[in-house]
Amino acid sequence: MIDRENAQERQLLNRQLAQMLKGGVIMDVTTPDQARIAQEAGACAVMALERIPADIRAVGGVSRMSDPKMIKEIQAAVSIPVMAKCRIGHFVEAQVLEAIDIDYVDESEVLSPADDTYHIDKTRFKAPFVCGARDLGEALRRIEEGASMIRTKGEPGTGDVIQAVRHLRKINAQIARIVSLRDDELFEEAKQLQVPCELVRYVHDNARLPVVNFAAGGIATPADAALMMQLGAEGVFVGSGIFKSGNPAQRAQAIVKAVTNFEDASLIALLSEDLGAAMVGINESEIEILMAERGK
Amino acid sequence: MTSERRQPTIAVLAVQGAFLEHEQRLERLGCSCIELRKASDLDQPFDGLVLPGGESTVQGKLIDELGMLEPLRCLIMEGLPVLATCAGLILLAREISDDSTSDPTRSPRLATMLVTVRRNAYGRQLGSFHTSQDFSGLGEVPMTFIRAPFVEQAETGVEVLARVDGRIVAVRFGSQIAVSFHPELDSCDAIHTLFVNEIRV
Repeated sequence: MIDRENAQERQLLNRQLAQMLKGGVIMDVTTPDQARIAQEAGACAVMALERIPADIRAVGGVSRMSDPKMIKEIQAAVSIPVMAKCRIGHFVEAQVLEAIDIDYVDESEVLSPADDTYHIDKTRFKAPFVCGARDLGEALRRIEEGASMIRTKGEPGTGDVIQAVRHLRKINAQIARIVSLRDDELFEEAKQLQVPCELVRYVHDNARLPVVNFAAGGIATPADAALMMQLGAEGVFVGSGIFKSGNPAQRAQAIVKAVTNFEDASLIALLSEDLGAAMVGINESEIEILMAERGK
Repeated sequence: MTSERRQPTIAVLAVQGAFLEHEQRLERLGCSCIELRKASDLDQPFDGLVLPGGESTVQGKLIDELGMLEPLRCLIMEGLPVLATCAGLILLAREISDDSTSDPTRSPRLATMLVTVRRNAYGRQLGSFHTSQDFSGLGEVPMTFIRAPFVEQAETGVEVLARVDGRIVAVRFGSQIAVSFHPELDSCDAIHTLFVNEIRV
């Protein structure tokens, strides 16, 4: 918890950490060993969680914050930043994660939501938060609540990239529209998006979100990752795609290199060779729970 | 002062991290920038090198596997001016002090500067901070430390440029300048100007 005076400087430092992650790949890991494999493969951060989204989807039931002991073991295993998820609206899980010195909290729709009305007031925390967004309104609402990094809300655990693509294209299109508006049209736009006018004005003047924007959900191959980068993502989260595949270390390395050289098709071709089986995946139309519908 | 000074070209390591921020700053100071993402990018001529902030383990691994480690090391040893920030300082350091969280020998580095650096020396993100302190020859400059390293030991020949709370946070060794904070994130141009002026000399 933090007083308002220091909150602004902390918010800036937290946005700046996200800037350092740009051009990188953040990988879901469930054990210290996986965390070490991820770091060695070139992950710029790891997301520590008990079950990866594909398993959460398969097993069902209520999904909660991970055991702090497991998170601490992962923190001890790597030098890169360690993130962890709390449930939407569950500010005590967020307090617990802050208490164990987490580098980033993901207020995540992948876990079962704890509150169907209110998100966490993230301005009250020293620890940084990343939140999912399907469109610009959601992104700016989360930023107003104190999120210092945004990611798309592509359907986790499916290996199907369609929703991440849809969200990123939508956010880009909405940003382009706001840039094209006259100054006197911004008030109405803010009203429509249900966000403060100040944030709409920032987007209008800078043609981007005020925080770093990553792609997440369904990314399973080097080409998927490069696709999101070419669409304008500033980095990618890869969840089930790595440790649900045939050869995690090799696939992880290939995705990292594809993100760095996302416009080099011949390199991506080379990286895509002999990667073994990708995660099997489920098509968007076959899934029963749409996690992206959680928390708007 | 010559009015027809050639515009310096700076190569910015762009494998991961906050490289755009450096490019924007350098372009505002009249430089042109090229991005280094793979070995063939080194074929273009350039006058200086920037190693940006980001994750040093990722950057070290990528410059090695993308074939840039040895060529860059040679260029630096031959006197190419370098500005390294945060992760960049770790890439330049000859030694990384023992930290239990990782095996530093496994992440390749340029290792061209005779310093020993401690990574994540101020702890995790909750230890990140902003301050203003004296920098040799520049007066007080703003300094933003994000999960920052500091220099634990500097060998003879390494000039200390700044300290915060007694810890060394900026050094010069020959034509290499390295700082553990992020001048590309603050509004002050002083450190980039210092670097660009060295190239122009």
